[in-house]
Amino acid sequence: MTQLPLRAQLASALGRTAATLSRATGRGDGSVIGGRIGLALEPDLLSQLARDRRLALVSATNGKTTTTRLITSALQELGDVATNAFGANMPAGHVSALASAKDAPYGVLEVDEKYLPAVIDATGAGVIALMNLSRDQMDRAGEIWLLAQKWRRALAGKNTHVIANADDPLVAWGASTAARVTWVAAGQPWKEDSWCCPECGGPLDRKGVDYTPPGGHVAGAAPLAMVPRPVEDDWACRECSFRRPQPSWFLDDDAVIDPRGQRWVLDLQLPGRANRANAAIALATAEAFGLPVQAALPRLREVRSVAGRYTTVERDGRRARLLLAKNPAGWLEAFDVLDRSLPVILSVNAQGPDGRDTSWLWDVDYRVLRGRPVFVTGERMLDLALRLDVANVPFQLVASFEQALAAQPPGKVDVIANYTAFQQIRAEFDRAV
Amino acid sequence: MQSDSILRLVWIYPDLLSTYGDQGNVLVLEQRAQRRGIPVQTIHVRSADPVPDSGDIYLIGGGEDRPQILAAERLRRDGGLHRAVARGAALLAVCAGYQIMGSTFGGEEGQPVQGIGLLDIASGRGAGRAVGELAGEADPALGIPMLTGFENHMGVTRLGPGVRPLARTAVGTGNGDGTEGCYAGKTIGTYLHGPALARNPGLADLLLTWAVGAQLPPIDDSWYDRLRQERLTAVLPQQA
Ligand SMILES: [Zn+2]
Repeated sequence: MTQLPLRAQLASALGRTAATLSRATGRGDGSVIGGRIGLALEPDLLSQLARDRRLALVSATNGKTTTTRLITSALQELGDVATNAFGANMPAGHVSALASAKDAPYGVLEVDEKYLPAVIDATGAGVIALMNLSRDQMDRAGEIWLLAQKWRRALAGKNTHVIANADDPLVAWGASTAARVTWVAAGQPWKEDSWCCPECGGPLDRKGVDYTPPGGHVAGAAPLAMVPRPVEDDWACRECSFRRPQPSWFLDDDAVIDPRGQRWVLDLQLPGRANRANAAIALATAEAFGLPVQAALPRLREVRSVAGRYTTVERDGRRARLLLAKNPAGWLEAFDVLDRSLPVILSVNAQGPDGRDTSWLWDVDYRVLRGRPVFVTGERMLDLALRLDVANVPFQLVASFEQALAAQPPGKVDVIANYTAFQQIRAEFDRAV
Repeated sequence: MQSDSILRLVWIYPDLLSTYGDQGNVLVLEQRAQRRGIPVQTIHVRSADPVPDSGDIYLIGGGEDRPQILAAERLRRDGGLHRAVARGAALLAVCAGYQIMGSTFGGEEGQPVQGIGLLDIASGRGAGRAVGELAGEADPALGIPMLTGFENHMGVTRLGPGVRPLARTAVGTGNGDGTEGCYAGKTIGTYLHGPALARNPGLADLLLTWAVGAQLPPIDDSWYDRLRQERLTAVLPQQA
């Protein structure tokens, strides 16, 4: 359906060849290298590939890949969907994704938070889903208030329909310049980056929630029993008029309440509160495409794992469920998924994609892990070991994931790993998906 | 310490300045005091609330440009930290919090912003961002081993005659002139961001010693030592 100029056609064909080569030579999922070659030949390629399609962009600190997958699954009910399923979330990945599904009338693109303004400009996407913003890999990701400000500027004056989480003050601020916003009460367990008003810097008051410092730390207090439940999460600035926008969709425990007040039990295969929040955003996004909950929800229920996240790998009778957590908010959500009766293996690296700085470990409240066997591995295991020691969480240090797995009795074990540690484990199991 | 023999830690403005693991410094001080049988009370002061002047050790962390400016304004208006330091309390100021302690620092566009004047330093904005591991020999007068940590800032800090450098950098940028951080009296400032005390238990014990007014018995430092050794080996030029 898309008729590209000759140069762009050539660029996009070359990009596809490179992607095939990259997959064939085992150098990656193939999704980025193809886009890079394409972009070098044709800078306007992304704009041209985006033309004549209905596009949704998905951005957040956490949950981008999963939410992209959920929205994609839903929209497949309407027709073919182009998507960057492997998390290649910068413009090169977008080019690659759109070029490899030229005739798809729909597109769902996961977008890195920093690139969102540029991708909005290039694609003119009609729908944008925004979930959360929190501290993440500060040595390269930069500052999230600035990020939200750039979102505001990029959205102002555009004819875009934004689906945004009203419970995250920074997201609400970042999205509120858009012409049209559908607000979703999707919850916000991690509040440590939003105790101050993004508009004026004054204190934000939250209904039913007292201020707790980062990591939920209270000196001498008992460990938190569990992740706080997303109750009615109202918030307002004490000093200016900025306050939580009125949501029309609500995540309500295991269900979503739609704008007509109908309650839909989610019953997802994906575990945890964070995925129920992602599903709430996905359902609202699907409706923006004209797809009713009734048709979208069964599609969301089909998703079992996303690029290895939540998948179970097996070796010698040990069944390990893989959870990815890249930053403090992500660890909080991962703890919510853990089976309390199982041992847990934690693996932490600090390569480029992880952020080379391990300071974030001190923002995670590991005390929830007391009372179960904890195994620590990864390239930065000593950073995590000291962190657990200070938190009085007993643990065992193991040289590798393999050894950690072998140290388990046969049966189930949960695994939480940050980005490259997670990919290393996946690679050991033939890129488990 | 105050007469009631509880060590009071005061964490200033975690809602504004706690961007990346700053809580670690509080947790490490708590752990190292408690393992020596010293009871600890930690007070978190939100930016809308007054800073109490009765604490023993004050901590202030790192943050983005805008919260840094807000924190400086509020601390100046509040005056509690000034009274506490004048009374002899110890203070650890990290990264953005360190810059605030001087006469000026660089704002969002590099414009000079007034600091709170607790350290004889002046900071501005450097040409590029200093991101990475930092290591340096501590001032011998402090009697603590080599400093190690991570820095992530755009600041350049000039030290005045009223302070001494905390360390001479071996790896990393620090103040930008071959020195890292500074100290005067019982106030320490450093670009070692986040959990600097987790990498430098000697620095934590120095603060505790100042607050308690006595030497502290040694405790089991094996996890600290292993982490320090690994990091220093990773970043220092290999010695023959
Ligand atoms: Zn406000």
